[in-house]
Amino acid sequence: MTGKLKNLDDLRRLRDETKRVMEDRMASETKIIVGMGTCGIAAGAREVMTAILEELDKRQLSVNVLQTGCIGMCQNEPLVDIVRPEQGRITYGRVTPQDVPRIVGQHVVNGQIVEDLVIGRTD
Amino acid sequence: MEELALHILDLVQNSLVAGATFISITINENRKANRLTISVEDNGHGMERGFVARVLDPFSTTRTTRRVGLGLPLLFMTARQCGGDLTIDSIPGQGTKITAIFELNHWDLPPLGDMAATITTMLVGQEETEFLYRHLVDEAEFCFDTRGLKAELSPVPLTEPKVLVFLRRYIKDKLANLHGGG
Repeated sequence: MTGKLKNLDDLRRLRDETKRVMEDRMASETKIIVGMGTCGIAAGAREVMTAILEELDKRQLSVNVLQTGCIGMCQNEPLVDIVRPEQGRITYGRVTPQDVPRIVGQHVVNGQIVEDLVIGRTD
Repeated sequence: MEELALHILDLVQNSLVAGATFISITINENRKANRLTISVEDNGHGMERGFVARVLDPFSTTRTTRRVGLGLPLLFMTARQCGGDLTIDSIPGQGTKITAIFELNHWDLPPLGDMAATITTMLVGQEETEFLYRHLVDEAEFCFDTRGLKAELSPVPLTEPKVLVFLRRYIKDKLANLHGGG
């Protein structure tokens, strides 16, 4: 669904479409967390967040997306964490919008960690 | 920060960290008065008077992971460079209002940037917080209020990726109209 929000009908159509996506959600226990402190924002975290939302919408995925503040690894921002039940927490660093389709496609959907972008792991 | 919209995102992060449940963002582009006013007002826990006095100093922060806080000092510096100023009104227990003023046609004024992306990014994961965004360009106004939207979208949360992608395009269109109208 693209274009303008002309009236309430558009909003209700969006609601119904989204409800369908939520009902067959694939990875409901997966979390994506983007660092959104001053350091993250200055390094491009907003563009990474926008790319993540676009990619999830494109693939019709309903995943929990969250933001967090500075965690003290400012030199590696933008930081994106993927948390999956069996894999713990994987931290990707210096993420660009171009990396996002790979992180979502490989890791979020298929559980394959994108090793060349990993900067940290926590169980 | 290359865009004023990124500064706004940064100010809103401060409000969220302060526990705000309502955040109001106002941008007023007054071309006749050659003045741009940006304000972010929240109902978070506020700051003590002594801290307000120090908060524009780059060596002051509440954060514990890194000892230097740069968000507000950077915006303060930009406002000063653009013939403007930055003021902080804060009451402990009630909230904080940050107001930044700039000369609209100043050489050094950064572009406003992508407000649609800033707004949708701040909505991510914030189901408990309400946002009001008002944007005025002379007499024209755009208003975005999550309170009405949430009721219409229920039971779908505003934080669903599909909804946020839709809202970004919607806000972008509306802002283009706002600027195209003059």
